[in-house]
This record gives sequence, structure tokens and C-alpha cells, in this order.
Amino acid sequence: MDQIIADIDSQTVLWTEVGMVDDIPVLGSRVVRTATGNIALFRTASDEVFALEDRCPHRNGPLSQGIVHGRRVTCPLHNWVIELASGEAVAPDEGNAGHIPVRLVGRAITIALGLARPARGGCKGACHV
Amino acid sequence: MDMHHPLSSPIGPVVGQDETQAHTPAPPKERLIVVGNGMAGMRTVEELLAKAPGRYEITVFGAEPHPNYNRIMLSPVLAGEKTFDQIVLNSRAWYEENGITLLTGEPVESIDRAARTVTSVGGRTLGYDRLLLATGSMPFIIPVPGATLPGVIGFRDLADVDAMLEAAAKGGRAVVIGGGLLGLEAANGLRVKGMDVTVVHLMPTLMERQLDPSAGTLLQRELERRGITVLCGADTAEIVGAERAEAVRLKDGRELPADIVVMAVGIRPNMALGKAAGLECGRGIRVDDRMRTSDPAICAVGECVEHRGLTYGLVAPLFEMAKVLAGDLAAGPEGEGGGGYAGSVTSTKLKVTGVDVFSAGDFSGGEGTEDIVFRDAARGVYKRLVLKDGRLLGAVLYGDTKDGGWYFSLLKDGAELGAERDTMIFGQGFGSSDAGNPKAAVAALPDSAEICGCNGVCKGTIVKAITEKGLTSLDEVRAHTKASASCGTCTGTVETLLALTAGDAFTAAPTVKPMCKCTGHGHDAVRAAIVGQELRTMADVFQALEWTTPDGCASCRPALNYYLLCAWPGEYADDYQSRYINERAHANIQKDGTYSVVPRMWGGLTSASELRAIADVVDKFAIPTVKVTGGQRIDLFGVRKEDLPAVWADLNAAGMVSGHAYAKGLRTVKTCVGSEWCRFGTQDSTGLGVKLEKLTWGTWTPHKVKLAVSGCPRNCAEATIKDLGVVCVDSGYELHVGGNGGLHVRACDFLVKVATEEEVFEYTGAFMQLYREEARYLERTAPWLERVGLDHIKAILVEDPERRRALNARFVFSQGFSQDDPWAERAAQGKDRHEFSLLAEVG
Ligand code: SRM
Ligand SMILES: Cc1cc2nc3c(=O)[nH]c(=O)nc-3n(C[C@H](O)[C@H](O)[C@H](O)COP(=O)(O)OP(=O)(O)OC[C@H]3O[C@@H](n4cnc5c(N)ncnc54)[C@H](O)[C@@H]3O)c2cc1C
Ligand code: SF4
Ligand code: FES
Repeated sequence: MDQIIADIDSQTVLWTEVGMVDDIPVLGSRVVRTATGNIALFRTASDEVFALEDRCPHRNGPLSQGIVHGRRVTCPLHNWVIELASGEAVAPDEGNAGHIPVRLVGRAITIALGLARPARGGCKGACHV
Repeated sequence: MDMHHPLSSPIGPVVGQDETQAHTPAPPKERLIVVGNGMAGMRTVEELLAKAPGRYEITVFGAEPHPNYNRIMLSPVLAGEKTFDQIVLNSRAWYEENGITLLTGEPVESIDRAARTVTSVGGRTLGYDRLLLATGSMPFIIPVPGATLPGVIGFRDLADVDAMLEAAAKGGRAVVIGGGLLGLEAANGLRVKGMDVTVVHLMPTLMERQLDPSAGTLLQRELERRGITVLCGADTAEIVGAERAEAVRLKDGRELPADIVVMAVGIRPNMALGKAAGLECGRGIRVDDRMRTSDPAICAVGECVEHRGLTYGLVAPLFEMAKVLAGDLAAGPEGEGGGGYAGSVTSTKLKVTGVDVFSAGDFSGGEGTEDIVFRDAARGVYKRLVLKDGRLLGAVLYGDTKDGGWYFSLLKDGAELGAERDTMIFGQGFGSSDAGNPKAAVAALPDSAEICGCNGVCKGTIVKAITEKGLTSLDEVRAHTKASASCGTCTGTVETLLALTAGDAFTAAPTVKPMCKCTGHGHDAVRAAIVGQELRTMADVFQALEWTTPDGCASCRPALNYYLLCAWPGEYADDYQSRYINERAHANIQKDGTYSVVPRMWGGLTSASELRAIADVVDKFAIPTVKVTGGQRIDLFGVRKEDLPAVWADLNAAGMVSGHAYAKGLRTVKTCVGSEWCRFGTQDSTGLGVKLEKLTWGTWTPHKVKLAVSGCPRNCAEATIKDLGVVCVDSGYELHVGGNGGLHVRACDFLVKVATEEEVFEYTGAFMQLYREEARYLERTAPWLERVGLDHIKAILVEDPERRRALNARFVFSQGFSQDDPWAERAAQGKDRHEFSLLAEVG
């Protein structure tokens, strides 16, 4: 299920291939390391793939280590629930984990680092020891 | 062709005009013969009996050797969800009570219209005044080479199901040709029965006549998830085999090995009998709006007929036909019993447990139509409504079909949608304060709302029956109204109506706290269902107990995983993604995303070589913190996840295994030095602790379990605040249970005193197993004991030695599958390698 961001001209965007859908377990996650921090890639039961910064807006918990259910992940540290498609924390919690567009090319996963939407809320690394 | 017989036309002779029956005295009543003991024919008879009991002398011929059964339910019978007895609609006793002669296993071979007789294959000839043909249809077998080989079957009657079940009992492979409703229900049933199933479908997506490509693809994925192989765009060339079917060859050359081949590509109306008798036929036996054939003495209903150019393959229209015809038959030749049959709009539901699919009307789209689409992948929901000129034209629902009935009635009524258009995709009652409350939504339905599509029963009819007849159970409602008595998909709504109407009489069940938001069931009910209904996978649980989410949540999944593991030791495949990260990574996650590593130190004992290996590991991996824990062992903090397998490999090399400091399982067995060194020690508490740890390590439990053994009542190992504590005394061992440090400190209760170590082991195993089987997930022994009471535990463990031994035996059995060091599996054997490696490094 391609998640093509319709209003983006793919010519001008750099899509970086990071692996294959099948490298991620169904309802699981894998980590991509980048110069600016880790990115968590998630695979849902219906083979959708999403990418978030691997930091919970609460206290920077590694979301890649959470349990994936439906289109959400539950943070392993204090159980915040984060929407995979947007990075938004599910109410009553507030914040955004930071979201990176994903496009599937066949079974290959590409991400557009340049189009990442920033995280919001939380301590943004200040309490990250 | 003129289908309109003048109303005044004489409808056949009445009594005694039948010369071929001259040897019998003139029957006192008109004789009605029904050919076809199936759903449409017998529904007509039922309706007729209700309207004019005793009006006819009725004889029913059935080709099948059974009384009338609910053919729709053959799919659940195949899948093992129902037995044949449960789907019988009219028992032999029923025929007898109603004075009907039932001749089963006796197909009618010919009709002599001039003589007004039918003759059966067995040579029996009977005369009729009115003849009803209800011969149904048969599976269409595509005429490829090999199609007549044994092992090629259709899916139509109980004999077909028996043939499939027989094949499935041997395991092996099944190829189902046809990815429509019947084919998929067959495929699902065969898969549930353990066969390797491939569906071969000519079109690019499944059920293309009922579903659009989006829903078809969702369905395909779901079936694939259940282990069914689906080949779309695949055209069958030949059934290969010498003596029986061995494989299906496709036009593209692929050959699919098969022990059985199920052909489910379509049905053909059974009109041979009518045609041979000279009745006008098209695609079926032609009937007019009053279900009369071209011979006014002969009428026909069901799948065997063609009405206004159409044939039908679902029960709802057939039941409508039956109603019209029964009215006429009741009224007799003189007149008509109500309005005629004007054709039906049909809707479809797939009966594969756990897969909700609904479609109705025309959804092909096209000129002048507009689409409203709703997708919620998190819930696995897809809905599409097709509108034209402000009216609903078609609907496709996947994953959430509860509004199917509502859309269907809007569609049938051709209602102007008006303002409702904007929110209707969200379901009935959206926007009102009742939105999302299914009970309120049902309460808000108008009396005219159709609840049961198969039987055309409206809300008003059901409510009236409940109040007037004082009905209090689903079965009673079924018996009185037929609502939910056919395909059963409206059962939930009917139950809600019962609850709303009959109130307390129906909802007397106590309210329990649901496990989580994904279900209305509590922990105990879910566990009981897992064992009682033999649910063996998480998907089974989701389906059978109607989980409201596609794959549960972070709260229910770990619980279900545990319950299944406990119920089916050695058989259930652990669902890795349903475990909390600590149990997935076999280490404890820390606040900065690193992990801690706690090797097991049996009974708190260690050695120079172990300590040396730990020291080396700390140096080699620059582990920042080393701490002695409150559980008598050493914790290494701040290990990077990628390093875990290498750290474990080094610890394994020194003979150490996982301490399960992360597990809902056995943690530690704390000991004191005991008789070996201590001047007060009465027994070898350290040695006993080591033995207990060897007995219990690796187990999975509802919550963590800690044991301790103290060498004397001074109790240095704090045994009386452990889940199970042993206090050694001169004359033996005191066993204490249900203690807890932690949030709410609770001292143990004394359980029993025993004389030997063997008894300690048996009690320990039995106690562990009782806790495993009875406690709710995340309930430690202390709250569990307080909930069920010490007396309950004593009654089982102390007063019932047989049960104690059985519990212990089950514990030992399940331990046989769980005592593998998870670290070694990952360090040396590379299990779950992806868990400890990056997907990629970029930028
Ligand atoms: C390491 C240790 C503290 C220490 O430095 O000594 C410890 C550390 C943790 N304890 Fe503990 N507990 C440790 C002994 C205890 C003890 C003492 C004992 O076992 O004798 C208790 C009280 C006794 C008891 O359990 O009844 C204890 C009562 C708890 C509780 C409260 C449990 C309760 O029933 O109320 C929690 C919370 C929980 O499990 O939900 C907890 C949870 C935790 C967790 C796992 C918190 C977490 O979820 O991350 C801590 C992380 C451990 C890690 O990363 O390795 N820990 N914890 C001890 C490890 C023991 C071991 O060798 O495995
Ligand atoms: C597996 C399966 C699942 C289905 N699921 C659904 C569903 O979910 N929803 C739905 O609406 N419909 C469903 N259907 C279709 C539904 O069962 C039929 O529409 C319905 O049974 C047709 O009724 P009928 O009386 O016309 O034919 P039948 O029920 O087939 O009855 C005809 C009977 O006549 C007998 N007969 C034929 N020729 C002779 C003869 N010469 N002499 C004596 N007897 C004869 C036949 O043996 C048969 O018993 C399903 C069908 C099957 C097979
Ligand atoms: S007492 Fe609290 S802070 Fe200390 S280890 Fe246990 S859970 Fe962590
Ligand atoms: S860091 Fe994610 S919930 Fe606290």
C-alpha cells in the first residue's frame, strides 16, 4: 500500500532506500540510524510502513521498542500511545514524535528525510541522558 | 412469452379427476406435491401451513437423504463451528406433526402434465392437483479435461461437505477454483480443518461481483494471513490425474498439486425436470409474478426459477417468493393471497468467522455517480458508498459491517439522502449523542428498519413478538420471527433488541470489567473461552470473541499470548510481537533505551569463574554500572541493545544463563546459608533453593514469581513475603504462599507443613500451575490469593492430593517446553537477529 504524498513532486525530493518491507516483522519495528538521531520504521498487519523519530514525545522512550497495534504504537516506558501515520500522541497525552514520509517502491522502503515533520512537545533531548 | 395467465383461468381439477389414481378413493383434500426438500420449497410449505393449516395433503420429494436443513450453514459445518444437527430446519418429527409425507433420497424423474402425476426414480407415481417445483440449483463444473475425475467436488450439499471433511481429515492439499462467496467459504473451512489451501480465481480480485478492488484486496490479505494461498488472474486449463484428481494445471503452465479440487465458480438452476415436462424455460424455469410456470397447475420457487429475466442465488429473494406463493396456495384457485413478487435487490455477506464483508447494489461507479470512501487501517475498516442523484446506489463494507442493514434499506427504498449524505459513511446515528453506542443506535432505529435481511424481518416485528409473547432468549426470537435464523449475521442486533425490549429478563448477567477497550469480555471469560472453545491462536480469539480491533492493543495482546501459551503448552507458537519489549529482548529496558543484563545465580550462589566472566564482560563492553540486586545476583546496567547477543555469548561460555529479571515468570529463589554453615540452620536451605530454581526457571506466569528458602524461622531469606516461601524447621518444611514486597506489602499465609523435599517440589509445582491457570494476567499471587481466598487454594492443594498431583504434572509437562535458555538461542543460534541489528545507517 503505497503512501504517496500526493502534493509532493517526487522529482525534487530525495527518497533514501533503507531496506525491504519483509525486513521488518509484521506488527514490529526496526531502527534506521541517521546523523541526526534514530528513526523507527514500523510495519502494520496490513503491510503499511511508517517512520517516526525513535523518541517518544513524553520522555524520549524508544518507540521502536513498543508494541505495534493497528496503526499505533505503545511506548515501552510509560505507555503513551502514538499514531504511526502522524506521530501524534493519542489523547489525553499531547505531543508529536516527529514523522518522516515513507514510500514503498515494490517491497523496498524509501524515506524522505528532507520532508520530516518535526517533533512537538516533550523534553526534546534535554532530559535524555 | 406471455407470463400473465388470466386470473380466471381454471386452475386445474379439484378432487378425484385424476384417472391414473383411480384405484385410490378420491382424496378428501387437494394434493400438493413439492419437488425439492430445500430452503425455498419448505419455506413455502411453512408459510402455507401458517396461513391455511390442513388445506392440502402434502407430499415432499427430496433428492437428498436428509430432512430440510439450512444450506447457508454448510460453511460453518465445514469449518467445524456447527454440527449438522444444529442446522436442521425441519426435523422428521416436524413433517410428521404437520401430516406431511416426506420421501427423502427419492428424486423425481419425470412429470406427466396431462395426467398430473410425478414419477420418482424409484418408480413411485403420485398424482397432484398443485405441483411445486423447488429444485434449487447445482454447482457449475467448468468443462475442462479431468473435471469428472473423482476428487473434484462442488459445494452444494451435505454430501459435498462430508467429502471435503473426509479429505481434510487426511490433511494434504486442496485447490478451490473460484474466489467468490462459496469458494472462499470452502477455502476457509478447509484451511481451518488443517489443509493446505490454494484459491484459484480468474479475475484480478476476489469476489469481484460483490466487492470492489480495494475491499477484494483487503479480503485477500486477510485470507493470506490465515495461511490460504490466493492466485488471482489464474485460469484453469485442466485437472490432472490418472485415477483421481492429483493437480490443477493453469493456462500459464503452473501446476498446483491437489488431493481435492473444489469447483465453486457458479451455480446453474436445476431446470431439467421442468424443461423435460415442456415448461417454458430460460436460464431457469420461467415464472410470473405469482410464481406460476407456463402450466397454471405448476408453480416454482427458489434458485431453479427465472423471474423477469433474473435468477437468484441467495435466500432473501427466495423467501419473498415463498411468501407470495404461500398466499396464493392458501387462497386456492379462487384468488390471490396478497401482492405479487416484483423481484429483489440483494445484499451479500461473507460467512467467514472474523471477516466482515458486506455488499449491496451497484458499486461499479461510472458516469454521474459519486463515491464516499472511508478507510481506517488501524481498525482494518474500508467502506465505500456509491451515490447517484442524491440516492444510494451501492455499498461495499469491509471490516465493519454493522451499518450494512441500514445502508441496504436506504438503497432498497431509494430514499433521498439529503443532509444525511455528509455523515452517513460514519454509520447510523453519527453526530447524535448516541454515536458509537451500538445499543442506542439500535434503539433509535425506526420500527420499519429491516434487521434480518435473509428473512426480511423488521425491528417492529421483533419487538412486538418479544413483548406480546414474553420472549427472553435468542432461540425464542428465532422460533417466533425467524430473525437471525438463516445466515446469523444479524444475531448481535437481535440480541440488542432483546436486551432493550425484554430488559432485565435478558440482561441479568452480572457485569464484568472488560480486559481492555478491544473487547467487552473480562479476563476470566476469555480464558474460559480459550480452553472451552479450543481457541488456539490469537486470531481465533479475536474472531470467536469478536474483538473490536484488528490486532488488539498493547494491553490485551500480552495477556492473550500468555493465556494461549498456558492453555496449549508445546503447541501454541509464542507471538513474539505481543510481548513487552523486555520479554522480547530478554533484557530490561532502561530509561535511556539501553538494557540491563542479569545472569542467573542459582539460589544466590556464584563462583570465582562466574565473577571473572562477569568482570571480563564489563570490561569488554564498557558496561557502566554493576550492581548487586535485591534478588541476590548481579545486574549489569547500560548495555547497548546491539551488544546484547555478544554479552550473552560470553556469559553463556562461562556457564551462565538468563536470570529472567525481565520476565513475567520465575525471577529468583532467594536463600540463606542454612545448615551447611549457619549455627542455627535446620536444613540445607541453599541446596533446596537451587533445586527449586532448577525446577521452576523459565516458566511463564501471569506476573513475576519469586521464591525463597530460609534455613530456620529467623527467616533471613525473607521467605514469608515471597510468592512462595519455604521456612525450614527441624521436622520439615513450612510452606507459605501469597506474599509480596513491592507496592502493597503482604506477608504470606501459611499453607501446609511437609516432611520431605519431594513434597516441597510437588506443592511448588502444583501451586505454580494453579496460579498459572487461575490468575489474571498481571495479577501477582498476593492479590490472586485475596481474590479467590486461601480456603480455595487449600482445598485444591492440601485437601485434594489427586488434584495437586495433576497440577504438578501439568506444570512439569509445560516446563518441558520452556526451559531453554533464551540467551543461548539468540547468541549462538541467531534467533530474532533482526531484533538486535539496525535496519540501515544513513546520512
Ligand atoms: C534490580 C532490582 C533492584 C536492585 O537494584 O536491587 C529491581 C529493579 C526493578 N524492579 Fe524490582 N527490583 C529488584 C528487586 C525487587 C524486590 C526484592 C526482591 O525480589 O526480594 C522487590 C519486592 C519483592 C516483591 O517483588 O514482592 C521488587 C519489587 C518490584 C515491583 C513491585 C511489585 C509488586 O508486586 O508490587 C516492581 C513493579 C512491577 O513489577 O510491576 C518492580 C520492578 C522493577 C523494575 C523491573 C522496574 C521496571 O519495570 O523497569 C526494575 C528494573 C530492573 C532492571 O532493569 O534490571 N520491582 N523488586 C532488583 C532485581 C532483583 C533481581 O535480581 O531480579
Ligand atoms: C455453502 C453455501 C453457502 C451459502 N451461503 C448463503 C448465504 O450466506 N446467504 C444466502 O442468502 N444464501 C446462501 N447460500 C445460497 C442458499 O443456500 C440458496 O439460495 C438456497 O438454499 C436455495 O434454496 P432452494 O430451495 O432454491 O434450493 P435448495 O436449498 O438447494 O433446495 C433444492 C432441493 O431440491 C432437491 N432436488 C433437486 N432436484 C430434485 C428432484 N428432481 N427431485 C427431488 N428433489 C430434488 C435438491 O437435492 C435440494 O435438496 C449458500 C449456499 C451454499 C451451498
Ligand atoms: S524501587 Fe523503583 S526506582 Fe528502584 S529499581 Fe525498583 S522500580 Fe526502579
Ligand atoms: S517516554 Fe514514552 S511514555 Fe514515557
